[in-house]
Amino acid sequence: MNQLKSFVTKEFRHIFRDVRTMMILLVLPVVMVLLFGYVITTEVKDIRLAVVDLSHDELTQQVIDRFSQNHYFILTGSAASAAAGRAMLEHDQADMVVVFGENFAQEIVHSRQASVQLLVDGSEPNQAAARAAYAQQLLLSVAQELSATMGIEQQFQIAPVTHALFNPNLRSEFNFVPGNMGMILMLICAMMTSVSIVREKETGTMEVLLASPLPPLVIIIAKLVPYFVISFINLVTILVLCKYLLGLPFAGSLPAFMGISIIYLIVSLSLGLLISTLVRTQLAAMILSLLLIIPTIYFSGMTFPIESMPVMYQHVSACIPARWYVAAVRKLMIQGVEVRHVMRETAILATMAVVLVSVSLATFRKRL
Amino acid sequence: MGNIVTVSEVCKRYGKVQALRGVSMEVAEGEIFGLIGPDGAGKTTLFRILATLLLADSGTATVDGLDVRRDYRKIRRCIGYMPGRFSLYQDLTVRENLEFFATTFNTTIERNYHLIEDIYRHIERFKHRRAGKLSGGMKQKLALSCALIHAPRVLLLDEPTTGVDPVSRKEFWEMLFRLKTQHGITIVVSTPYMDEAMKCDRIALVQNGHFLKIDTPAAITGSYAKSLWSVRSEQMHRLLDDLRQWPGADTVFSFGETYHVTIKNGYDSEQLQHHVAHCGHQQVLVQHIEASIEDAFMALSD
Repeated sequence: MNQLKSFVTKEFRHIFRDVRTMMILLVLPVVMVLLFGYVITTEVKDIRLAVVDLSHDELTQQVIDRFSQNHYFILTGSAASAAAGRAMLEHDQADMVVVFGENFAQEIVHSRQASVQLLVDGSEPNQAAARAAYAQQLLLSVAQELSATMGIEQQFQIAPVTHALFNPNLRSEFNFVPGNMGMILMLICAMMTSVSIVREKETGTMEVLLASPLPPLVIIIAKLVPYFVISFINLVTILVLCKYLLGLPFAGSLPAFMGISIIYLIVSLSLGLLISTLVRTQLAAMILSLLLIIPTIYFSGMTFPIESMPVMYQHVSACIPARWYVAAVRKLMIQGVEVRHVMRETAILATMAVVLVSVSLATFRKRL
Repeated sequence: MGNIVTVSEVCKRYGKVQALRGVSMEVAEGEIFGLIGPDGAGKTTLFRILATLLLADSGTATVDGLDVRRDYRKIRRCIGYMPGRFSLYQDLTVRENLEFFATTFNTTIERNYHLIEDIYRHIERFKHRRAGKLSGGMKQKLALSCALIHAPRVLLLDEPTTGVDPVSRKEFWEMLFRLKTQHGITIVVSTPYMDEAMKCDRIALVQNGHFLKIDTPAAITGSYAKSLWSVRSEQMHRLLDDLRQWPGADTVFSFGETYHVTIKNGYDSEQLQHHVAHCGHQQVLVQHIEASIEDAFMALSD
């Protein structure tokens, strides 16, 4: 126990004396949250809308009016056919095209159900999703209103509506925060842990440590504890920033969030440990850790929605710990679901943790 | 007294490089045993095998009666190992390094202060200085203190005086003597400096993964059979070629400011002197000398 205490003290001294690195560790999360929260925003405004009205009746005109009154949409023109509307999208003359079918009014009157086709520029999936969500929301409210004015008791539908219950405006920072946490924690845990272990190999101090009676387990735990603490501080920093700066409500259970975060930290730390057993230089450890970050950014669902990935990439994303963490955090933080709804993510992360910890413990060498 | 370190037919290969080719040695308790040889001879490999950091490909080794392969945990408690390059934490202070290594071995500075006192008092006034800011000699004294703090039975010192100034080297060796005489600690030390070889109780001459010879320094120099002459003149550069062209020269080695020459049977030093003078050298000095360890090393490595 004394050994562990003194080793952990030593590790903290290394960190505190390297002021530059420590500042990066503590400031990085703040910068990331502010950057993604304020600057890089996927919030959509001024959606250029083109209309293809094949029905030409009073109802479609009412719907179109509602679009033009809404300040999120700018009516930029109309087209004679769906193909012409698509051409407008392709030539970047519109961000979205609404197509009303020929029998729109008839369908509503007879079957109380009519479909509207929404064409969106899908090259930016996040923005496309947000734009579609706005339009769907608008259509829904129009439908409600029309049913009321037409005196129809049973409400009719215009389009398959997915109402974004938990983030009605699809505010982008809400979606970026969980992804951000997944990335920062992975970066700090994996990179700092592997670098700090490999540094001892590089400077030769590992040789002395291994020739001493220190059990390897003590070395490993002592290496993990400081970065666990720092990551935990980062976690709290991000939460506080989100709440008081971005005004992001924490909807779900805080203990559950902390619990799954700790599991994710353990996964990230053991990845760092694993890296340290594979390489001999700090540079190599840094490069490997960065290689870990890239799939975290692209496959965790923080930048591209997993649903819009090709199936093969979806399988890849299933192997990325951040994917499950980000999913769980989204659910817990933003949607505020009950703990049982994140059991799957928790179980997967816990399995990853057990596997990674055992593998890295088994591969940690007791000799040079 | 028994043997505290034994090495028997140890071989070690790194890829294509055969670092040790079946070496054997025995170190008696309480002696200073030197491994003498050039860089790449295999000294560091042998230290790492003894320190349980590497496994030998074949052969066995024991430290304090414990097998380096099987009982590595126990051995790690009773050895003090100082690797060839400075291996302390440069960003920790002198005191913090010492404290860390003391707790690593489940002891305290106070408990074994008597062991390191003699060494530590040289650096105590810098105890709040970071280890990276110490001079080479100070660093080695700190490293020795850290290797000693748990009162090891055997000290394994891999080139502890390389890159250290002559005064500190001398002090360092005085400390080793006191550790041996006052505390009975066995010391296995390697050095590329031949003058330090003379200070060991026994030495092994190491080259290319072989032990050329193991004996006391006096016995090794004493067994030098040839007659050895030191030659110098005003034009040292030309002298080397002239000496090598003399048919009576057996070997000619550059040795500091002179050349060490051995003479073949049937020739003598007067002929040597005559040859050098004949070649037109001024201020020629030819002296008969006793062989040093280096001469013995050169002769054995032929």
